[in-house]
Amino acid sequence: MQKEAVKLTGVTKVFGANDVLRGIDLTLNPGEVTVLMGANGAGKSTLVKILCGVHAANTGTITLGGELFSPSSPSDAIRAGVVTVHQSINDGVIPDLDIASNLMLDHLTAPGAGFFLNKRKHRAEARKIAAAMELNVDVSQSVSELGLADRQLVAIARAMAHKPKLLILDEPTSSLSAVEAQRLFSLLDRLRDTGAAILYISHRMSDIRRIADRIVSMRDGKISGVFETVPLNYEGAVKAMLGHAMTDVDIQIPEAGAPVMQISDVSLRPGSKPFSLDLHANEVVAITGLVGSGKTDLAGVLFGLRQPITGRMCLLGKPYHPASQRQAIKDGVFLCPKDRASNAVVQDFDITQNITVPFLDRHSAFSFMNRGSERATARSAISDLGIVCQGDGDAIGSLSGGNQQKVMVGRWLAEASNLLVLDEPFQGVDIKARRDIGHKIRETAGGRATVVLVAEMDEALEISDRIIVMADQTIVGDHRNENIDLGAVLSQVAGQQSETTDKTEHAI
Amino acid sequence: MQSEASNETLSNAGSHVKSKLTATEFAIRYGFIALTLGLVLFFSVFAEGFAGPYSAVFIFQSVAITGILALGVTVTLVVDGFDLSIGSVATTSLMLSSYVLVVWEMSAVMAVAACLVMGAVVGLINGLLIVKMRVPDLLATLGMMFLLVGLQRIPTQGRSIATGMTLPDGRVAEGTFSKAFLALGRHRFDFFIDNLIPVSVIVLLVVAIVVWGFMELTRHGRVMYAIGSNQRAASLAGANVNRYKILAYMISGVLASVGGILLAARLGRGDIASGNNLLLDSVAAALIGFAVLGAAKPNAFGTVFGALFIGILLQGLTMMNAPYYTQDFVKGAVLVVALVFTFALSKRGGAH
Repeated sequence: MQKEAVKLTGVTKVFGANDVLRGIDLTLNPGEVTVLMGANGAGKSTLVKILCGVHAANTGTITLGGELFSPSSPSDAIRAGVVTVHQSINDGVIPDLDIASNLMLDHLTAPGAGFFLNKRKHRAEARKIAAAMELNVDVSQSVSELGLADRQLVAIARAMAHKPKLLILDEPTSSLSAVEAQRLFSLLDRLRDTGAAILYISHRMSDIRRIADRIVSMRDGKISGVFETVPLNYEGAVKAMLGHAMTDVDIQIPEAGAPVMQISDVSLRPGSKPFSLDLHANEVVAITGLVGSGKTDLAGVLFGLRQPITGRMCLLGKPYHPASQRQAIKDGVFLCPKDRASNAVVQDFDITQNITVPFLDRHSAFSFMNRGSERATARSAISDLGIVCQGDGDAIGSLSGGNQQKVMVGRWLAEASNLLVLDEPFQGVDIKARRDIGHKIRETAGGRATVVLVAEMDEALEISDRIIVMADQTIVGDHRNENIDLGAVLSQVAGQQSETTDKTEHAI
Repeated sequence: MQSEASNETLSNAGSHVKSKLTATEFAIRYGFIALTLGLVLFFSVFAEGFAGPYSAVFIFQSVAITGILALGVTVTLVVDGFDLSIGSVATTSLMLSSYVLVVWEMSAVMAVAACLVMGAVVGLINGLLIVKMRVPDLLATLGMMFLLVGLQRIPTQGRSIATGMTLPDGRVAEGTFSKAFLALGRHRFDFFIDNLIPVSVIVLLVVAIVVWGFMELTRHGRVMYAIGSNQRAASLAGANVNRYKILAYMISGVLASVGGILLAARLGRGDIASGNNLLLDSVAAALIGFAVLGAAKPNAFGTVFGALFIGILLQGLTMMNAPYYTQDFVKGAVLVVALVFTFALSKRGGAH
């Protein structure tokens, strides 16, 4: 084997009070695809940003081809031979320009580039780059006319034109279909043969199976596992990434009531396998699965944000097909969405106003707001959930993340519901707040069906009576949260079930 | 990079600055009101004739139409929109009411009704362009502004409308501005002194109270503020975002047409060249309103206050013999200072 392409030794990074990276030792070899796995907040993206020159490491050294490498800027990193293709495809291309200009962009911005543009030469060079990538496109076409996959390939072709020593791909398939992803993989196969080291970040098990030569798992700013013996231990990698230090929360499983929501033969995406699911009163169901496994799609279907491709849903025995979130709320189906900053928090409002937003008509007479009634609701949410604040009139922005999340959960607990769906309610929340929120959700669960969507297995075990595992847009496991066989659950999370579908995909 | 650095200094210095911060907060909250009172005091002492009921009424009258338009802009700002077409809606309303009265020889009621309907329809089209066609608000209303400026000139071939004018087909327009219509611009109500308060000032006050009540006291206003702050969150909380946005533009259009009616009634003719400054003046008033009481957001009280502030300043300066051509400069300076107040000093600056 050749000398290593990139070697990190004792790399640390601190942001304020947070140790984001706590001593990373990692070697990346040429001609090898290393998959980096890690839960949100594990430090993957910080590591990538250090490698591509956005951040500088606090301590530790990085060598590139044996020489010390400490890029001061992204363009510095690119010149040294570390090229990154970012997750959001449109960060990698300029849609309004033609393909040729996109491919040549780095030449246009390079120091010493001529003032005038020689169009013919420009296109000829671009065609050379495209041909080297076996990219069969007309380079004078505008990028905005291309599909996502072709845009992604253009971005990668542009990256490859630098002849990188290390190519970093951050979730490159997150917006690609299976067929498009296959095209990307065959391109990556060719790149690997040219001797480039590839660092591939992904949550998708099917990608990882297809492309990985070795897997590195990260957890809490450290490398928690390196897997390189063939056959690769995928389950072990997932375990290393999620961690298995389980906390003890005593779950008393109550008697499940009548079915509240009956989902029959619903498929979430074209071509995904249909599934059925009954959600009962009194029951707290955790749905777990990796990013992209279909959890959020399911929440969207229940809340009227999207329509299922096939299948039927019944709420309390009556057909339920909400056309809008308004309708869903009216029918007593609530969704506490994930990513509170963009989906839930109304930054200009105080705690009270944030809590009452969905139910203003309960706090108004002839449309005129009744402040007393609003504040009473807010005060009881504050004391019930233990929200740390000065008073119900505090600006929401003055609260910590955990307390903001409590306000968001309090918003949907303020009124009785038939079905309450909470999408990642513990996102960016410390352990204490997480326990408070979990306790409140369980305490109030009587009389409604509750669904909690979580990626972390610990959280699922801590909150639910029943754990449902999703992978590839369908349900692959259903477990009562009692003497649970963790190994079986984790292998379902890792998508062991999808082995057969993978093989058929390869045949395509 | 810059914001990171300033955040750091803020958090480091946080504990020391606490006592000082309350002083800054006080300045943010009451600064504009204190400044206004100071100005009134200053002009009362140094500008002869400034202190007095007639001067006060004159100030109100001078900002009445601007203020009504500014309240409409405020409503669109609340839903995080912007209406650039208000000035041209007002002038279109001016021309339309004149046309209905003079050319079609209809009654004052018909003229007013036609203008209000026109304003609502323009607002509806603006809203649909923005919500359904996904045209950015500034561009949609800019387009509408252009369209209306052009449209209002077509029926009269670009000429002003007055009784006795020759129409394009050779006829002579014989309609007149009816007494009832002119009263909207010229009648004054008794208030301690006979014939003191003009109709336009009453309309301003009524509109201000209604808009304030609607935005601050009703659930509809609350939802509109929620949409302006985080549209996605409001929509996931069940708000009908599109309908409220369209409503905001319709309110804005109707209020602009009210402004145009009052202008027509005051002028007594369909003057093609009037109302040029309406857009900028009313936008300025609404933006100055952000700074009043440290609201840092569009609000009806602040908007009226902002309009009055400009009125007081201009009236005082005029009485102190400042030449008329300095007026726009003064307005611009006030606006810039108010915006600094809003964005640099208040909490909103920190949030961004």
